[in-house]
Amino acid sequence: MSPAPQPLPLLTQMPPQEPVSSCAAPEAYGDPQAQPFVLGEEATPAGPVPRVGGELSRADRRGSLRVRLGFGRHDYKVVPGLYALNHPGPNSPVLVSANYKLSFDHLRQAARDLDAWLLVLDTKGINVWCAAGKGTMGTAELAARVGSSGLERVVEHRRLIVPQLAAPGVAAHTVKKLCGFSVTFGPVRAGDLPAFLAAGLRADPAMRRVSFPLAARALLVPVELTQALRTYLWLLPLLLLLAGLGGLVGGSGFWAGLAGPGLRAVGAMLLALVAGAVASPVLLPWLPGRAFSLKGLWPGLAGAALLWALWPVSFDAELAAWCLAVPALSSFLAMNFTGASTYTSLSGVKKEMRRAVPLQIAATALGLGLWIYALLAG
Amino acid sequence: MPGLQYLKNVASLSANPELCVGCGLCVEVCPQGVLELRDKRVVVARRDACMECGACMTNCPAQALWVEAGVGCAQAVINSALGRKGNGCCCVAEPRAAQQGLQTNLEAAPPRKSSGCC
Repeated sequence: MSPAPQPLPLLTQMPPQEPVSSCAAPEAYGDPQAQPFVLGEEATPAGPVPRVGGELSRADRRGSLRVRLGFGRHDYKVVPGLYALNHPGPNSPVLVSANYKLSFDHLRQAARDLDAWLLVLDTKGINVWCAAGKGTMGTAELAARVGSSGLERVVEHRRLIVPQLAAPGVAAHTVKKLCGFSVTFGPVRAGDLPAFLAAGLRADPAMRRVSFPLAARALLVPVELTQALRTYLWLLPLLLLLAGLGGLVGGSGFWAGLAGPGLRAVGAMLLALVAGAVASPVLLPWLPGRAFSLKGLWPGLAGAALLWALWPVSFDAELAAWCLAVPALSSFLAMNFTGASTYTSLSGVKKEMRRAVPLQIAATALGLGLWIYALLAG
Repeated sequence: MPGLQYLKNVASLSANPELCVGCGLCVEVCPQGVLELRDKRVVVARRDACMECGACMTNCPAQALWVEAGVGCAQAVINSALGRKGNGCCCVAEPRAAQQGLQTNLEAAPPRKSSGCC
């Protein structure tokens, strides 16, 4: 049973996709030539264009590692505009990219054996797919950047190769109307670009599909961990403090509380983190269920079982508290991985959240209540 | 990958074959292989694979496709629910189609609200 047909738009043309942002002033970028990865200048009829190569320096690699670990991801930018990759000429292809430096580096490395023009759009330092979804990697920015870069004087052809994942923001037919350049959507993965160009701008079906293999999921784990640890940084000391205070009230003393229920709380919380932010993404295809919140429940239950096996007494309220909270936290952390995944829809995420979030909150609240009861009961 | 299928029967995608001009660009830009051309008309062949990215709708020159496009990100939904605008990951989940698709007057179209990062 498919949903009822939605009303179709009455437009004859898409509205202009202004990269309007409610909270960011127009970004002031510095001199493109001053960027450390620029090797020199390429003379063109439209003036000198900064030249880059496809080899990444140690500084580039350090930067990639840093953002992969989740530090400074939102301020890792390239100055937008036209760049020359190696030594392109008037007939060389124009490859469009985002100004997230990780995207830019990935592209020039994948195309390192080619002579090409790289047209870098101002996507506020966001990667191609996310920026396309938000409209900054969009029709208006692309057409404007073609104009401001003087591309029509640099190349003799009138073709732009745009990453396929920019298609949510880039309307090919409108770009053509706005600036005279026609858009050809390139492959999903930059690594397929040389084959795509060699085949005369043809992508085989596999080049047009996103996938989410183990390596890609594993690469996203450090960011998930860093994000969660930012919350843990204040949550864990708070739990330790509560456990100490509970020890004082319960009669065993502050330090006994800290070393007993406090350290056990830290252990249980770290177990939930590993279950939700490491095991769930890595094991994603093999975890039962379609909803991420359900997938995350299984590693969480395994974590609770492990905790039970290691617990000093057979069963008590404190263990019961963590048997509720660990699966709930794992489920929540796994649900947050929807944003990093390549195949979840907004309608689907909303649907699973309507069911899962109340249960996650209820289990966590009940667990917290039991834990505090256990602390006070000594 | 068989284990990587998202929820069934939720995608808001719809296709109107009567408006379709058969250019096939929607089939080309869909990263999930949702659409097919049959007798030169678009058909939703694998609805449950649709991730509502909106690539097909944006690139249809004939408005034959409609989807409530947005990002399938729980954090973005939470950010929207909490009324956050632009910090951290700063994604908020506001469907784009609501603003894009139903504007009838191009000139009067207000600037699009940010549905994303700053």
